[in-house]
Amino acid sequence: MANMPVSEMRLPPHLAHLLAARRLDTAKDVLSLPEVELMAILDAGLPTARAAVALVSEAACPPCQTALALLEERVRLGGGGRLATTLCGLDEALGGGIPMGKLTEVVGPSGIGKTQFCLKLALLAALPEYYGGLDGRVVYIDTEFKFSSRRMIEIGQKSFPQIFRQEGLAQKMAGRILVTRPTSLADFTKSLEEMKVTLLQHDVKLLIVDSMAALMSLENEKATAGFRQHPLRWTLSFLKSIAEFSRVPVVVTNQVRSQSNDDGYHFSFEVDKKDGNKCAERFDSHLVAALGIQWAHAITVRLVFESHSGHRFIKVAKSPMSPAVAFPFVVESSGITLLSDESIDVTGPEITSIRCQGQNVLAR
Amino acid sequence: MGEQSGAQNAWDMLSDEQSQKHITTGSGDLNDILGGGIHCKEVTEIGGVPGVGKTQLGIQLAINVQIPVEYGGLGGKAVYIDTEGSFMVERVYQIAEGCIRDILEHFPHSHEKSSSGQKQLQPEHFLADIYYFRICSYTEQIAVINYLEKFLGEHKDVRIVVIDNVTFHFRQDFEDLALRTRVLSGLSLKLMKIAKTYNLAVVLLNQVTTKFTEGSFQLTLALGDSWSHSCTNRLILYWNGNERYAHLDKSPSLPVASAPYAVTGKGIRDAVSSHHKRARVT
Repeated sequence: MANMPVSEMRLPPHLAHLLAARRLDTAKDVLSLPEVELMAILDAGLPTARAAVALVSEAACPPCQTALALLEERVRLGGGGRLATTLCGLDEALGGGIPMGKLTEVVGPSGIGKTQFCLKLALLAALPEYYGGLDGRVVYIDTEFKFSSRRMIEIGQKSFPQIFRQEGLAQKMAGRILVTRPTSLADFTKSLEEMKVTLLQHDVKLLIVDSMAALMSLENEKATAGFRQHPLRWTLSFLKSIAEFSRVPVVVTNQVRSQSNDDGYHFSFEVDKKDGNKCAERFDSHLVAALGIQWAHAITVRLVFESHSGHRFIKVAKSPMSPAVAFPFVVESSGITLLSDESIDVTGPEITSIRCQGQNVLAR
Repeated sequence: MGEQSGAQNAWDMLSDEQSQKHITTGSGDLNDILGGGIHCKEVTEIGGVPGVGKTQLGIQLAINVQIPVEYGGLGGKAVYIDTEGSFMVERVYQIAEGCIRDILEHFPHSHEKSSSGQKQLQPEHFLADIYYFRICSYTEQIAVINYLEKFLGEHKDVRIVVIDNVTFHFRQDFEDLALRTRVLSGLSLKLMKIAKTYNLAVVLLNQVTTKFTEGSFQLTLALGDSWSHSCTNRLILYWNGNERYAHLDKSPSLPVASAPYAVTGKGIRDAVSSHHKRARVT
């Protein structure tokens, strides 16, 4: 809608001509200018500039829907808009499963089970509907060369033995999962752009990026003065728009890094509260998610994989549908399994921190 | 004297201010520091770290504005402008249910009343009175704010406009920061005008960023200093130990203050530690 040409807006002829003569061809051209500058460019008075802005805005504004219409649409599209993970406690906490059309982040230290989780999701999306799957294709963007077909099929055989005993099914399922291995952000961007078409034409039901952080750190190493400051921002909004546009769940894995002095924890009005108490916190083995706060704002659901007290936990750290809760899990031959479907409440700073027992991370 | 166009004398304004209605947040403690709730005719910015509850509060306000007048509410409708896709309709339904349940608890005989002309206390009716716009670029964000003037003229019962959130598109798509500042200030003037002209509350959700001040990095709301001047009220949501708190950082008439709140299955409510005995609907 931003690129909607002025010529298609059915403006009164004198305005249409005026805008065209000044090369203001799209909605974006007209609306990016403050009123005073628009008046100057058009060499026209305030009423004319205002009329132009009002008409262009009305044309470029997306249509409105009531929330009820949204709900009815959701119901009509069926499936409750979720991809069930089959981890019952987690699915319940998330309101059914991983939401479609949104970005879900899986973050945690390396080796904890993020890729195992993604492999299981890929499998679930590929399974036929009568087995509880989405009966679709999966695009798996593997930036760290961690995808293992053998392991995925093993997970399938152990989780759904009756299904996988069927001849040819393993092959059929594996055939639905398209793995790409971009080696640079440019590569990745290119495959994303091609993906918009692929998603619709080939009935893709899940997009996984494992991992996003790896790609970004590649780019940061190459950063030069002329290089675009924040490639992440563009990637972020592109992923979100793909997700919504195609109503597909998008799962992105993220790494962790140790806390640094750059991590601002407090607002200025809280400064007085900063005391030895807070400093002591930082000497624990707490990590933070890589990719920063802007990324954290943009994802809809954040699943933190962490370890402490001798167990591993999946923690729902951010979700519009539920308070912060955690579930203990293990990784077995059948993939990730919850040790309990009873959620453990998580409050306060524990929600945002990521703990990794056995990792020696001291704050600087 | 008061004949100058657009000017009003302070005495008339006082009676205006006193009759101004507020939109309850769902938490008595939060309402208290806000002087009763979110004010109509004013722009309120609400910022906070990811996950602290900005969208939850935005949705709660879009529901609470609809509480019928006979139960102490404004009986209005809501416009919800979603720039990041945070609006999850099932959660809105849950919050509507929670609000209705609290109304019925406080007014136990209400379900016996006839519903002629009154809003039916069903979640679907609350959802039907939220006008939702999904914005995908800063151009669309500018377009919708401009279009609101016409839209609100045609929908005079709207009493709140929530923008969730103002930051997203302006943080990433604008390369020319000076232009961004000018565009943002134009938008904030428009929003203030809308609030006053149509006697409604404008609520802008904002993200946080870090700023290097006084020798260390601190959290601050995004979009810069000039933007921060343009909102009448500012509420910052943050974590204080294990509890969620709201800090009233800027207000023309109320002192700076903080209060705890909670995000529950029913929506925004008082924190467990609150001295308010029951969750207040009005």
